[in-house]
Amino acid sequence: MGIPVELLFEAVLFGILLGGFYAAVSAGLSVSFGLLDVPHVAHPAIMVFGSYCTWGLVRAGLDPIVAGLLLMPPFFLLGMAVYRFYYETFEKRGAEAGVRGIAFFFGVALIIEVGLILGFGVDQRIVEASYIGKSLSIGGDLRVPLRTLVVFCVAVLITVVLTLYMSKTFTGRAIKAVAQDEPALRLMGVNPVRIKQWAFGIATAIAALGGALLIIIGPVEPAMDRAYIGRTFAVVVLAGLGSMTGTVAAGMILGISESVVLMHPGLGASWAPAVSFALLLLVLGVRPQGLFGR
Amino acid sequence: MQGTTRSLLHIVARALGAVCAALLIAGGAFAQQPIKIGMSMPQTGSLGAGGKAELVALRMWVDDVNAKGGLLGRKVELIAYDDQTNPALTPGIYTKLLDVDKVDLLFAPYGTVPTAPIMPLVKQRGLLLMGNFSFQVNHTVKHDMWFNNLPAPDAESWFAGFFEQGQKVGAKSIAFLAADQEFAQNLANGAKELAKKAGMQTVYSQNYPPATTDFSSLIRAIRAAKPDMVFVCSYPNDSVAIVRAMNEIGVGDGVKLFGGGMVGLQFTPIMESLGSMLNGIVNYNSYVPGVKYPGIDEFLVRYQKKAAEEKVDPLGFYLPPFGYAMGQMLEQAVNGTKSIDQKKLAEYLHTHTMQTIVGPISYNKDGEWAQPRMLMIQFRGIADKNLDQWRQPGKQVVLYPPAYKTGDAVMPFDKARGK
Amino acid sequence: MKFWIGAAVAMALAIAIAGFVNYEYFFFAGYTVLMFVVLATAWNILGGYAGYVNFGTPAFFGLGAYTAALLYKTYAAPLALQILAAAGMAGLLGCATGLLTLRLRGIFFAIATIALVVMMETVFVAWRYAGGATGLQLLRPAPTAPFESYIKMLFVLMAAMAVASVVIARYIERSWIGRGLRAIRDSEQAAEASGVPTLKLKVFACTVCGALMGAAGAPMPMYLSFIEPFSTFNLNYAIGALASPMIGGTATWLGPVIGAVVLSTLQQVVTVTVSNETNVLVVGVLLVVFIVAAPEGILGLFRKLKR
Repeated sequence: MGIPVELLFEAVLFGILLGGFYAAVSAGLSVSFGLLDVPHVAHPAIMVFGSYCTWGLVRAGLDPIVAGLLLMPPFFLLGMAVYRFYYETFEKRGAEAGVRGIAFFFGVALIIEVGLILGFGVDQRIVEASYIGKSLSIGGDLRVPLRTLVVFCVAVLITVVLTLYMSKTFTGRAIKAVAQDEPALRLMGVNPVRIKQWAFGIATAIAALGGALLIIIGPVEPAMDRAYIGRTFAVVVLAGLGSMTGTVAAGMILGISESVVLMHPGLGASWAPAVSFALLLLVLGVRPQGLFGR
Repeated sequence: MQGTTRSLLHIVARALGAVCAALLIAGGAFAQQPIKIGMSMPQTGSLGAGGKAELVALRMWVDDVNAKGGLLGRKVELIAYDDQTNPALTPGIYTKLLDVDKVDLLFAPYGTVPTAPIMPLVKQRGLLLMGNFSFQVNHTVKHDMWFNNLPAPDAESWFAGFFEQGQKVGAKSIAFLAADQEFAQNLANGAKELAKKAGMQTVYSQNYPPATTDFSSLIRAIRAAKPDMVFVCSYPNDSVAIVRAMNEIGVGDGVKLFGGGMVGLQFTPIMESLGSMLNGIVNYNSYVPGVKYPGIDEFLVRYQKKAAEEKVDPLGFYLPPFGYAMGQMLEQAVNGTKSIDQKKLAEYLHTHTMQTIVGPISYNKDGEWAQPRMLMIQFRGIADKNLDQWRQPGKQVVLYPPAYKTGDAVMPFDKARGK
Repeated sequence: MKFWIGAAVAMALAIAIAGFVNYEYFFFAGYTVLMFVVLATAWNILGGYAGYVNFGTPAFFGLGAYTAALLYKTYAAPLALQILAAAGMAGLLGCATGLLTLRLRGIFFAIATIALVVMMETVFVAWRYAGGATGLQLLRPAPTAPFESYIKMLFVLMAAMAVASVVIARYIERSWIGRGLRAIRDSEQAAEASGVPTLKLKVFACTVCGALMGAAGAPMPMYLSFIEPFSTFNLNYAIGALASPMIGGTATWLGPVIGAVVLSTLQQVVTVTVSNETNVLVVGVLLVVFIVAAPEGILGLFRKLKR
């Protein structure tokens, strides 16, 4: 195999922790792309924007996770506005416009990216907190960085809350319904466009919290959204469009694959960035509906 | 009435005449076109903190030269663009400097990575390039008009100290961690040669893409390989991440020495933010308080005042003195040859010893220093969040070269860290 | 006939400029503008005519650049050979990509093309002989007569490539291939049902697109005297190649040309006068504005004004 067993165990452990994080940042995309079919390539860019907002709030004295939670309402509204604009411009005009939707969101992602560079420069930004920099010692040799642990816990929490919301509340179920059977929803007297807007808002709010988690995990710089386009779409596609449980499983698979490749002495760091995309291509080729797809 | 008007006119005319004369005299001092020196300097990105500090020193040099009347009676103007530590931008920037801004002389950007792409360009155009803290960047292109201000011509002179300390405690195995970029690779290759010569066994060797931010897995893998020494070649962003990861994960208590070629641990903002995490690391530096270079104390006093105003590196130990020295060398060449002809200047620099605030500098045929002067230091007794502690000697103990040595390394690594 | 006169005039103009203008930076910038004309024209064959929006430009462009660089490094191959080899390799990649991914619909195809770019970048980052992440320094040979300046030679060469790519695009547009591609764009299912060989046409478009982009990439290492993977496989090329036809108009060969000239020239001006990032912002903003407000591009606006 190339990796000694204790290292493999730790790689898997790191991978699971990282995977929880990937699942959380992809959860938003699972809603906006998986359920609503919006080709939201700008989702990682909005998340990075959230990271920078978190950085700003931490400088004002807040804890990063608190900052992330505080950012959720304004980002929710932002998401609703973005969806409204997208709907009026593209979805209303028919399917052919959908293809331009991708280019549109790519343009938006670019504008966000450059806006961040012009506003903050290309330098990396980090945040400091009591749990960043320390690690948990388990047994003799195993050291788990606290920041990964904290992020993992928050990520699990988000996923659980989101899954419960989608299955237990009326709006949540309506969101799932609008993906499956829009006319039926209309017949029930619910306006599908309002539901989709609401869902997109939720997805964007989660992206904001994801951004806070991102800057806790490590330094952030404006062009980081590009690395996460691969990761988030890989998770969402591997999960199967719209499946929340699938997102968790897919996140884990991605996290573990990346971690094992990183620790492998032969492959190592040069190949790690390609793992998510390789996984994506594999899924698209072999089982396009993903693990739990509809 | 008429008389008063006429005498008023007289007074005005004489006043105007005096003003014109004064302007002509003042203008006459810089009557010709200024001598333009062009460069790109990383002011953002990985090397940004160092670049900004060096730019302060370079502008100080320009001001000093102009205060003495300029070069060849012409005012000196420095045009510096930000290359963001991005090698893809430097060819475009230097083409623009040459063809649009029409500069007369060139400084290289700070650092190997931004400099590597423009080496073919300057050779093709037959231009003099004052090198700026780059390592072995000329070894493929072999340009004969290249003059580097780095006090280490090769890996041997740079890292002999590191390996010497390791051998003192009988270190047998070594792990290498290097960024996949021109500087770190040049360094790592040189260090690997030294390791082989010292009879050491390489138990781990990894290159990582320059954008890597998470080193937990890599540090963990190094620990598993149980090396006696860990040699790291990294740029500031990764150096910081590696030190943090090393602090979180640990490299194992068998490690005697950790460090080597980590850029950025000499930048004051990074030294301040890492604080006690630096303890025990053996790394390189170009100047530490206590080393006696001619003129450096006076330079640092002036620099620190300016740096405080511009809010950059407040101490200025690493790069600024050598940036100033780079200017001094060019100044002496221009004054010595009484021209700005690229070939004549190159010939002067090859055949003379220039006197600078970091001592006398003379060149070998590759355009590197004939006498190395790179220091190998160990961080000791560093406390968190304390800027002034760095001004005292003893915080960075000089292990090598013998001429400047102030102590031996405390080993193993964990002991030096106070753990 | 008008077209061929126009093409000849354009080529003559390029040569004349190279002969009389001596402002080096003009050729440095002009090369980039012409390169984007080629990239935009090539992109439009698959993205505009067939409607398959993709971000794969950097993969083909980069493969072409590295093929040329490695041939030069290993065999000191002449530029003409570099270009041919680059076009060949990138064309092969286009063919393979087409066969493997064109079954995917809309956004999945687009994301798959991003995946392709990242895979290619990773391959060259990991390949030490090609320089790895450090890159390769390359010393240019002397320019071939009658050119005294290498950059002028590259400028004229790229002008020739621009004309050639437009000729190819125009031919495809007017032939049965173009009709088939348009049918695919309008409704792939209907096209299939009426017997159009959709897969063959798509793979053909992908191959031609790849080959042209590879050819455009081939002179890049000589242009910079340096090559490294992150800037070569940068997604900014994808956006530039995509934005130009979207801004100019995707229906015919003229749209990408207009779009590329307008956009790229604007970018060059902004880079010199303002900053490097702002030029990327310009692309993003123009792209979004045109997609939202003028989906038919500049040509579409002209048509509307004429009525």
